[in-house]
Amino acid sequence: MTSKYKDIMKQGLFEQNPVFMQALGMCPALATTTSAINAIGMGVATTCVLVMSNIVISIIRKLIPDKIRIPAYIVVIASFVTMIDMLMHGFTYELWKTLGLFIPLIVVNCLILGRAESFASRNSTVPAFLDGLFMGLGFTGALFILGSVREILGNGSFMGMQFSEVKLFAFVLPPGAYLALGILAGLFTFVSNKFSNKTKEKS
Amino acid sequence: MDLTRLFVIFLSAMLVNNFVLSRFLGICPFLGVSRKLDTATGMSLAVIFVMTVASVITWFLNELLLMMDIPFMRTIVFILVIATLVQLIETVLKKISPTLYEALGIYLPLITTNCAILGLAILNVQQEYRLMETIFHAIGAGLGFAIALIIFATIRERMDLYEIPESFRGLASALVTAGLLSMAFMGFQGLVRL
Repeated sequence: MTSKYKDIMKQGLFEQNPVFMQALGMCPALATTTSAINAIGMGVATTCVLVMSNIVISIIRKLIPDKIRIPAYIVVIASFVTMIDMLMHGFTYELWKTLGLFIPLIVVNCLILGRAESFASRNSTVPAFLDGLFMGLGFTGALFILGSVREILGNGSFMGMQFSEVKLFAFVLPPGAYLALGILAGLFTFVSNKFSNKTKEKS
Repeated sequence: MDLTRLFVIFLSAMLVNNFVLSRFLGICPFLGVSRKLDTATGMSLAVIFVMTVASVITWFLNELLLMMDIPFMRTIVFILVIATLVQLIETVLKKISPTLYEALGIYLPLITTNCAILGLAILNVQQEYRLMETIFHAIGAGLGFAIALIIFATIRERMDLYEIPESFRGLASALVTAGLLSMAFMGFQGLVRL
């Protein structure tokens, strides 16, 4: 049983990493990673919605007729997104303002609907919760790495702390997002290929 | 109606604030269906069509929501309406114009999860556009998406001919290419000012 949970963890964080491996949820990954803080904010908001929607969908999965399952999932997800939107407006107004359009757009993040369809609708509540949590953390981690790289290179600061005068502004602007994510995705594939080759040689 | 303003909105949605390359909306289809030029063209046409129809309908819906004083229901209502609308367009097209359906058919279901459509609807509301402005904004955004997607698809068709390091094949090289394209589009910055 525990090995199954470990598997879920490994899948979410590395092997099936939403951003680097599956290229899901690319829009917020590119748009909201101008700094590490924004990236974490977006990641945490998405994780919350993902965990809640996975739990609810796995509970009601037997009640939903097969034909209307997708609209039903969308309503569940959209309700949680609306709640997160209002919570963030109330408690973290500055972050809410910077993320702006991309908070309501969590609804159409393919990652969330994808997990609902491929995992939560087929599994019981505990694995669905863990899947949501680790997929969300994998997403947050990827966003955090991308956000840090862009902030350090583009603004010479990390988590808002200024440490360098070297500023490559291009990395804060849209082209830099594509370039940084492209290079990171390449490196991620490179490292994981190396790693899996090694484990293959061993066994 | 002020024609210059409409033209400015149109140009800015198409080139300056290009949905894909500077607003980061609709990246999934941008990376997903850009391997071949003809699939890219089909997707672009479908997106322009759905964007225009969806914008007009969500504009009226938003007025209704404001009238009923429940603006917080916006996200749920918009996404459901867009999903239904896409289904409806698919069914109607199948009946009236089988040729068009053949061309757009497989791309239509994919559009529901295209964040550019919902993003456009929400942007229209945030900018408080009137009906005409909404229509021009939608057509501009759709054309901008089409331009970016078609240019990108032609580049990717060429790229298949070159040797790329193994780990950079596919997603990574596509993203770097998109980065360069986005840099080129930054040249439009300052073309018009809203």
